[in-house]
Amino acid sequence: MKQFKEKLMNAVFMLAAGTSIFVVALISVFLFANGFPAIAEIGLFEFMLGTKWKPLEGLFGILPTILGSVYVTVGALIIGVPIGIFCAIFLAKFCPKKLYAVLKPAVELMAGIPSIVYGFFGLVVIVPAMQVLFGGSGKGILTASVLLGIMILPTVIGVAEAAIKAVPESYYEGALALGATHEQSVFGATLPAARSGIMAGVILGIGRAIGETMAVVMVAGNQAVIPKGILSGVRTMTANIVLEMAYAAELHRDALIATGVVLFVFILIINLSFSLIKGREGR
Amino acid sequence: MKNVNRSAVKQRLRSYKKHPFSAVLAMLTILSAVITAGILVFLIGYILVKGIPNIKLDLFKWEYSARNVSMTPAIINTIIITALSLVISVPLGVGSAIYLTEYAKRGNKIVKIVRITAETLAGIPSIVYGLFGFLLFVVTCGWGFSIISGAMTLAVMVLPLIMRTTEEAIRSVPDSYREGSYGLGAGRLRTVMKIVVPSAMPGILSGIILSIGRIVGETAALIFTAGTVAKVPASVMSSGRTLAVHMYALLSEGLYTKQAYATAVVLLVLVIFVNWLSSYAARAVSKR
Repeated sequence: MKQFKEKLMNAVFMLAAGTSIFVVALISVFLFANGFPAIAEIGLFEFMLGTKWKPLEGLFGILPTILGSVYVTVGALIIGVPIGIFCAIFLAKFCPKKLYAVLKPAVELMAGIPSIVYGFFGLVVIVPAMQVLFGGSGKGILTASVLLGIMILPTVIGVAEAAIKAVPESYYEGALALGATHEQSVFGATLPAARSGIMAGVILGIGRAIGETMAVVMVAGNQAVIPKGILSGVRTMTANIVLEMAYAAELHRDALIATGVVLFVFILIINLSFSLIKGREGR
Repeated sequence: MKNVNRSAVKQRLRSYKKHPFSAVLAMLTILSAVITAGILVFLIGYILVKGIPNIKLDLFKWEYSARNVSMTPAIINTIIITALSLVISVPLGVGSAIYLTEYAKRGNKIVKIVRITAETLAGIPSIVYGLFGFLLFVVTCGWGFSIISGAMTLAVMVLPLIMRTTEEAIRSVPDSYREGSYGLGAGRLRTVMKIVVPSAMPGILSGIILSIGRIVGETAALIFTAGTVAKVPASVMSSGRTLAVHMYALLSEGLYTKQAYATAVVLLVLVIFVNWLSSYAARAVSKR
């Protein structure tokens, strides 16, 4: 009886562990099965490289939205990564203990704030600020980049700080003993050793930025055309889905799902490079 | 003691004179930390200051109407969806973590695949979960826009978070606990259920609370699964919007900025409370 119970629970736990495998398979099957027919019907090149997204005229080119996602992600990295890495260095090597006890939870809280609240904040604070600074609608690549830059901060900080802390203290002490200043030791000895971990944090940040939806919809302007400058409005792949899914039908709907497939493939590539880099760090 | 500190500061300032670049680097790190903290304080402060005056009793009327834009149904929906999602995801996530840490043999291939898939799940954007939930639960299962479709989608979404935090919590239980249990003649199942899981409970709870925060704040995955009906649902098969979706609906209608402020305050306070609760539970682990 006892033997049987042990065996049974072993199987139950194993089944639970299998859920994530099952779910990933399910997600892949459902997205690909619904997205591929649309891509086949529109034509892979017309779909991926078409510059016009006009569902009413039967034009389904997602290049503007792909570029939109890439632009705001790059913008977010330019703003978020330097601040994030420096902040991680501060937390790991400069921060007094008492301040750390406040700052660390604050960064964690930043990760927990809902994206719709960030979007609202962008809408009522950053957009008007941009209107004052640069004129125009205030919505566009720059605004979205600033907001996304803020939103990826906790991700970058969290991973980078852990990477810096994982570097043996002897690196730092060795540099110090050779006469380097505190800063020279941190930036010259500790930081290079934490490089791959910091890189992993940046990649995770890319994933967050490219997948962000609700905040971007609020501040990016959402014009589905190839943007002319950093102030012009832009529509990301995620925004495209959330804006049109509600009323889309037939091929239009399937084209949106296909957009989701493209996004999913982007994320898979990003995830893969993340685990490759993390794997290298482990060695 | 104070004197020592002061002389240390003096020494450092002198060294900055000799190494101006070090001073620049030190300033940059401090500046970045100030910016990060400043943004958070400003965001919370701004929303609280602008939002709290907009919280009116009308916003909490039982029935939603276009006039009072009550958020009470949305709050009730949020609670129902959170509870349903957790009922599904907690047993699966905890069970999965138990298998990975306590049952699987070292170098087991399944473990590797489970890890990779869990990491993949953690990286998938919520809008993709929304599409998936729409295709599977709404269309294929035929559940339509409903509480259950939304809850199932979110259960899948928070699964990797629960798995990871539970795994970490279980791994932090010292081996001597298990050895003690085995030594007294307990089997593996009894050891896991009576010794390991109870000891890891605060850590597991902290992960579950974090997932509550994720569910409460989620929008993109719910719009096309649970839908946007602003009523208290008749059953789990009817549509209902959560608080975050409610806020999105208010904003996209464009007429309700004041009410959106008030909703943002409620959401923010909820999330801050949840975060505090989670770290409180996590601290209970490290104390032991």
